Amino acid sequence: MKALSEQHKGVWVFSENKELMLELLGKGKELAENLKTELAAILLGHNVKDKADELFGYGANKVYLIDNPLLEKPLAEPYVSALTNLAKQYKPDIFLVGSTRKGKELASRTAQRLETGCVPDCTYLSIDANKRLLMGRVVYGGNAVATHFCKTRPQIATVPQRVFEKLPYKERKGEVVKFDAKLEEPKTEILNVKNIEAAKVKIEEAKVVVAGGRGLEKKEDFAILDELAKIIGGQVAYTRPLCEDRKWFTDWVGLSGHYIKPSLYVGCGISGVIQHVAGIRDSQIIVAINKDPEAPIFEIADYKIIGDLYEIIPALAEALKKHLKT
Amino acid sequence: MQLPKLLICFLLVSNEYKLVFEGDLRLLKIIICVKQALDVTQIKADPSTRQIITVDAKRKISDFDKNAIEEALRIKETQGAEVTALTVSSEDAKMILREALAMGADKAYMVSDPPFEGSDTLVTSYILAEAIKKIGEFDLILCGEASVDSYSAQVGSRLAERLEIPLVAYARKLGIEGNILTVERTLEDCYETVKAKTPALVTVTAEINTPRIPSLMAIMKASKKEIVTWTLQDLSISKEKVGKTGSAIQITEVLAPKVERKKIVIKGETAAEIAEQLAKALIKEGVVGR
Repeated sequence: MKALSEQHKGVWVFSENKELMLELLGKGKELAENLKTELAAILLGHNVKDKADELFGYGANKVYLIDNPLLEKPLAEPYVSALTNLAKQYKPDIFLVGSTRKGKELASRTAQRLETGCVPDCTYLSIDANKRLLMGRVVYGGNAVATHFCKTRPQIATVPQRVFEKLPYKERKGEVVKFDAKLEEPKTEILNVKNIEAAKVKIEEAKVVVAGGRGLEKKEDFAILDELAKIIGGQVAYTRPLCEDRKWFTDWVGLSGHYIKPSLYVGCGISGVIQHVAGIRDSQIIVAINKDPEAPIFEIADYKIIGDLYEIIPALAEALKKHLKT
Repeated sequence: MQLPKLLICFLLVSNEYKLVFEGDLRLLKIIICVKQALDVTQIKADPSTRQIITVDAKRKISDFDKNAIEEALRIKETQGAEVTALTVSSEDAKMILREALAMGADKAYMVSDPPFEGSDTLVTSYILAEAIKKIGEFDLILCGEASVDSYSAQVGSRLAERLEIPLVAYARKLGIEGNILTVERTLEDCYETVKAKTPALVTVTAEINTPRIPSLMAIMKASKKEIVTWTLQDLSISKEKVGKTGSAIQITEVLAPKVERKKIVIKGETAAEIAEQLAKALIKEGVVGR
């Protein structure tokens, strides 16, 4: 292990998604300071040299730059060969990669070429007493969190968006290291790219659920929930009384209906009877908005808002729209 | 009974034709990699220690792997193909291969050996690659985008690297004409259509199809089919290269997540003020936005 840490030094970060890259710099800085080493950002592309300054501003001490026309399009083989060659030359200890679908592919393929490990979708990263990177991630469909370490170097982890925060921007200087890597030609060709709106998914598969209950007076009022769901990429769900008694909708969330486990559940005008709670209990974060401070849903909520949903929901939609624009 | 005799004659003739055809036009060979996964809905945790209990959880074929099998069978039905199912496991995983055979796979291979226990994706992809080299020629390898239990989505990528073939991950549509694959893949905010040459590896999402449910008759027939079983020795793989010793990644603990709710009351003078605080909190939690 000693030999490894002597040969491999520094924390590297890379993502083709700019925001995510800055967030990785934020976390990378903490890890690098803990290990008393330097933080480097990897910049790949064509004519991208002027992007280095921003990376220094968000915490990078060094930027490794590979400027090559083959890197203009995001195709795997040129990128994987660029990252692999760079890592073989400069031997990082830790390498954080943004967990987009393309990023995960790049990370695991690079890890394979370097014959090292890669832990995807880490939501927890820290340095242990042996100066190893501890990597925590959710497994078993959200039923468990597993902590890993890597015996080989570099220790590669991929990190999803918005898990860690970027540092405040500060005018800073750093060193740009240009690297002339031999790149592999792409084995695939992109024929077409079609943008998609947040595709409609089954309620069980929705990462975000905005649910409405009897606190909504008219069926039309669900428009405000739809609007909020649209902004945060979620789906709208209903309680049983709205379906069974008022006949507004056909299927509901709860013990006799759908069981959901989204990352975020926002309950609007829902009292939280046990039958409904049974269907949402395992949601990662529960937000409850209700006029009645005694509503049982507040017992299982992470964020409690005692107020009028007709005022809160549109305001929340507005606030999130503003923040998520970047 | 005249009809059955006639039928037999026809089959004999058609078989001869098939033999003639195979001489100059080789049948497409597809390998599907399947994993025996834990049924995550049956996983329990000890409430006092948060330790995960998996021994009672049922084993099943990983969901997306069924989509891979289905896609292979669709190619077989439209243009003819030989479909081979392959699995690597530390335990007996014949059950999932029987399911693949019942769905319509032609052949099944299992690499099963206890020392494999605790292997990471570096090792799994190594054993798969060695098994595939032993199986022989192939045009297409299909895998699920990830497994339902560990969901690391790495074995497909690593296997493509080891075999040095093109990889297209997260396929939602797949077309094959001659040696050209056209794949539409799902990324976060777009569908990307990609062209690649065979031999290639494609990982599929649940979007690509709805896997068939085999008939009782097919299940019974599958129970009689041969499953070729190999040990590590059959693949000339040493024990040091697999399991915990051969793996790069080690797991230190697996615990149930803490479920205590935060119960934070968000107060404010106006709805906008409350909304602003809540929006910031939710962004910090990492639960909003794609």
